[in-house]
Amino acid sequence: MSETMAPLRKTALNAVHRAAKSKMVDFGGWDMPVDCCGLVAEHMAVRTAVGVFDVSHMGDIQLRGPGSLAAVQQLCMNDASKLAVGQAHYSAMLYPNGTFVDDVVVHKLSDNDYLIVINAGTREKDVQWVRSQIGHMPGVHVNDYSDYYTQLAIQGPRAAETLQKLTSVDLSGIKNYWFTWGQVCGLHNVMIARTGYTGEDGFEIYIPSDEPTSARVWGEVLAAGAEFGILACGLGARNTLRLEAAMALYGHEISDTINVFEAGLGRYAKLDKGEFVGRDALVKVQEEGGPKRKLVGLEMIERGIGRDGYPVFALDGKRIGEITSGSPSPFLKKNIALAYVPVGYDALDTEVAVEIRGQMVKAKVVPTPFYKRAKKST
Amino acid sequence: MAYPAAYRYTKEHEWIQVDGKIGTVGITDYAQDSLGDIVFVDLPRVGDTIEAGKSFGSVESVKAVSDLFAPVSGTVTAVNDELKDAPERINSDANTTWMLKVELSDAKQVDGLLTAADYEKFTSEETGH
Repeated sequence: MSETMAPLRKTALNAVHRAAKSKMVDFGGWDMPVDCCGLVAEHMAVRTAVGVFDVSHMGDIQLRGPGSLAAVQQLCMNDASKLAVGQAHYSAMLYPNGTFVDDVVVHKLSDNDYLIVINAGTREKDVQWVRSQIGHMPGVHVNDYSDYYTQLAIQGPRAAETLQKLTSVDLSGIKNYWFTWGQVCGLHNVMIARTGYTGEDGFEIYIPSDEPTSARVWGEVLAAGAEFGILACGLGARNTLRLEAAMALYGHEISDTINVFEAGLGRYAKLDKGEFVGRDALVKVQEEGGPKRKLVGLEMIERGIGRDGYPVFALDGKRIGEITSGSPSPFLKKNIALAYVPVGYDALDTEVAVEIRGQMVKAKVVPTPFYKRAKKST
Repeated sequence: MAYPAAYRYTKEHEWIQVDGKIGTVGITDYAQDSLGDIVFVDLPRVGDTIEAGKSFGSVESVKAVSDLFAPVSGTVTAVNDELKDAPERINSDANTTWMLKVELSDAKQVDGLLTAADYEKFTSEETGH
């Protein structure tokens, strides 16, 4: 119980969330809103209009100096040499055995300056890992900037219109997974990234983490989005949104016991870019014919909701795997899950059974992502 | 939140309204608010027996699943079938959206349940405000 004895950490918006009567939960040691005005309403706001999330609990590691690219290349599996200044990409830090330290988004701030956005629950572990792996490398400084920023995610088809009212930057000029700096809510040099974790168009902005500024910007975003029906959103909706989009969550789809190929993230591992931590293990997995189990999408066929940790069985009764994330899908109105199953059970339409509170309930393998937003016509 | 004075309550957040030998069972406003958007209710069938303090089914919101605990022992005489297609009614009005009707096997069990005032005190202690 020692972990729960530690005082919960708070973002600069904690008082704002509490004043708004959001339901709070302990998320990886952080006192975070899980439900602001109803999970389903929040989820639908992001799918059909716009929602705003406080994601200040995410961590930010800056690598700076002439050796920073070499350090990023050693630490992360994607090929950061392909990034232009102002561009970001999904990547991951791996252990030597090819499993996950964490998944990350790498931003190239300048030729000698990279920002790695990491998960909240793994912040300390990640920072220690980075220092242990590249601390000896020449020409690179590691800075933990996690507490410097209040990070807001403004997500949904009306996110651009909402944020555009608060900034002089032409947001239409920022492509998906690119970012820039500009004035937002009167603040100078705010990083504005077209990134997110909802499967929807949207932006993440990084503002100073003092409480008055954070509260002011949060309020201005809500006011700007009011005409579109913006809702403040909690981690509950964040989870169902990312699950519909089949985006991995650390501790669920990815962890220190799951390798990159099992997780279906091999396209982000650039084995030909040169040495990086975990590369040799991934090469070996490939040489041995690929992963033995795979992450698949499941849709419940029979009545029941498969949830995190529920066991998955073949129809002959053999236990074959486990659900990593499962929930009703508020947008699709189906019960969906991600699960690890052995190769051989991963083909589309394969029927399996999920044990739900002692009962076997049929599900089938379906394509992921469960939800994909329509491509913009403009 | 309002808890009808005519009902009795469990610490697991069920209510029961007793009329003669028949008890009507639902979950409290506090329970529906804690659960959030309810999407699924799993209930026993007419003729099944339930036992005081034991699970008789479950209620699921988007984010969680919770057991339902029987306030009393008895035989199920009716099940609210509307909840199959419209479980969200519990969110809209937990006090009148019933789940089961039960013929009590021991009416005295009701005396051991919380009154509305006791229950309100209990929930305020649980949440700390």
